[in-house]
Amino acid sequence: MEVPILKQSDYLIATIQAALTDEDLLKLHYALVEQVGKHRSKGVIIDVTSLDIMDSFATRTLRSLVHMVKLRGADTVICGIQPEVAFTMVQLGLTLEGISTALDLEEGLALLFKSNNKKRKI
Amino acid sequence: MEGGSTIVITSASDIIVARELGRKIGKELNFSLTDLTIIATVISELARNIIVFAKQGNIVIETIRQGKKVGIVITAIDKGPGIPDIFLAMQDGYSTGKGLGLGLPGVRRLVDEFEIFSETAKGTKVLAKKWLL
Repeated sequence: MEVPILKQSDYLIATIQAALTDEDLLKLHYALVEQVGKHRSKGVIIDVTSLDIMDSFATRTLRSLVHMVKLRGADTVICGIQPEVAFTMVQLGLTLEGISTALDLEEGLALLFKSNNKKRKI
Repeated sequence: MEGGSTIVITSASDIIVARELGRKIGKELNFSLTDLTIIATVISELARNIIVFAKQGNIVIETIRQGKKVGIVITAIDKGPGIPDIFLAMQDGYSTGKGLGLGLPGVRRLVDEFEIFSETAKGTKVLAKKWLL
C-alpha cells in the first residue's frame, strides 16, 4: 500500500496508513524528496495517526526522511503520534530529537505556517 | 502453555503478520491498548532482528497461565550466526546491524520477563513475557 501524498498550497501532506511495509516506507522517501522539488514545497507533514506502532526501524526511517527533506530545503512536522505509541517509544528508548512534532494535522499545518512566515520576514 | 502460534519469518511482510497476530491474541486476553502496542512492538523488534541477522526464523506466540496470572510469551528462534557477546548486545546504543542499537535492551525494558540464549554459529532464542496485571 503506497502512501498518498497530497499537495496543499506550499505544503505536502503524507498520510501513513497502518501496517506499512518497509518497502512502502522507502518508496515514501523517494516520492517526498522528489515532490518537494517538483512542487517547490516549503514544508512536509507526515501524519502517523493511524500508525499502531513505531519500532526502531520506523523511527530510524522517519528520522532519515526528515533529514533528506531538510536537505531539499523544506521543513517536516510529524503529527498524530498516538498516546500508547508515544508511551512505547519512550520505554524502548526511541526519540525524535530535533524533529518537529504536532498533536494533529491542524496543529502541524499551523506550525509549518508559523515557521514559514518567520523565514519570509528575514 | 496453551494456544501457541508459530509464524515463519522470512521477509519484512511477515513482521506485520506476526505483530497483528500478537495483537489479536493479546486482545483476546484483555490486554490494554498500551500493552497491545507494547506486544506488537516487541514482536516487530524481535522479528526484524531475525531478518537482519539470521535471514529467517520463527516467532512463537503463546498464552501462559500461572495460578491466577495470565500472560503472553513471545519467543523468537533462529538458526543464524548467534550473538558472540550477549552482554554487549544488551547495551543501549550498541549495534552491529543497521539499527539504532535499541532493539534488545529496549525489548527487555518493555516486558516483564526477558531471557536470551545464543550460541555462535548455531542460533539465537529470545523469550519475552508480558503478564496481564
